[in-house]
Amino acid sequence: MDTTNISAIIDKYNGEASALIQILLDIQNDLHWLPREALELVSERLGVPMSRIQHTATFYKAFSLVPKGRHEINVCVGTACHVRGANRVLEVVQNITGIQPGETDADLKFSLETVNCLGCCALGPVMEIDEQHLGKLAPAMAADLLKGYQ
Amino acid sequence: MSEIRLKIDGKEVTVEAGKTILDAARKAGIDIPTVCHHEKLESFGGCRLCTVEAESGGRTNLVAACIYPAANDLVVWTRSPQIDKIRKVLTEQLLAYAPESEVLKAIAEDYHADKDRFPKEPSFCILCGLCVRYCAEVKKKNVVGFLDRGPCREINFIPELAAVECWDCKECFPLCPTSALQAAFVLTEALISLSPSLQKIDTRAKTASA
Ligand code: SF4
Ligand code: FES
Repeated sequence: MDTTNISAIIDKYNGEASALIQILLDIQNDLHWLPREALELVSERLGVPMSRIQHTATFYKAFSLVPKGRHEINVCVGTACHVRGANRVLEVVQNITGIQPGETDADLKFSLETVNCLGCCALGPVMEIDEQHLGKLAPAMAADLLKGYQ
Repeated sequence: MSEIRLKIDGKEVTVEAGKTILDAARKAGIDIPTVCHHEKLESFGGCRLCTVEAESGGRTNLVAACIYPAANDLVVWTRSPQIDKIRKVLTEQLLAYAPESEVLKAIAEDYHADKDRFPKEPSFCILCGLCVRYCAEVKKKNVVGFLDRGPCREINFIPELAAVECWDCKECFPLCPTSALQAAFVLTEALISLSPSLQKIDTRAKTASA
């Protein structure tokens, strides 16, 4: 595994142990997961024991210890989105991507999660793909939007 | 070092600054039940069995004695109907996870806790963190740690480190108030014996072949 990027991320924070979460977030953004080699390097450079890193990496949902897809889909199923038909949107997303919430497809194209509020209930049903909010969805619209991702 | 005077169950107690209510109570021979506390380790405040009433400035708060610093003019009560009830329910809940724990059974007797009150969900580990903290603070090996959070939280040995560090130590075993730690260790041991890469670093295998 090429660790130059990871080293660069650690350097950016001067290898400070207190920047652990930020460093892990940057690695997660870069690689879409936290490979073991990366965590070992972080542990060594920051002087933070592996057990602490594991604890942190499994505590926050933003981190993943298995590879995630290039595009991360979060479908909101909070109350407001639910009453506006989030379930039908979710169903379409599941059919098109072929995965269930919590899963990633074999081509590492999409990862799917459900969330309970994206903070813009007035736009429901909402989903988020790669941090972009897509609101006022209809099932057919969600299907069209998904086709635009490579 | 400056001295702190406080009152526990009506008794005047003097302790050094920086000590907790629990330290002060023990010094005065007053018993407060604890599960996650250990003298050699930093306080954790995880089990809340040491909850006491602390009165200062006219207000009474429920605080964890093992982390609450002793302060001048603090008035502490270690037993009251409310405290007893808190300890009883906490013990009942913990017993649902670790029905066989001797430590918990002893506390249950003192507080008339019903060990069958809640449906059993034996995960055995009650997440007191004694093993994790002992390994990190006293042994400085960090072999065992927490994973995940909330209801999924558990403890976990790091097999690569366990294969090197644990065989001659196992000092955490007697600390565990339940049998969870040994179960987790046996599982790790099995993992090590099944994995060729872990076998290579297993210190027992080395001494055996030497
Ligand atoms: S395994 Fe035992 S000592 Fe370790 S956290 Fe669980 S109950 Fe506490
Ligand atoms: S002994 Fe104080 S919280 Fe566990």
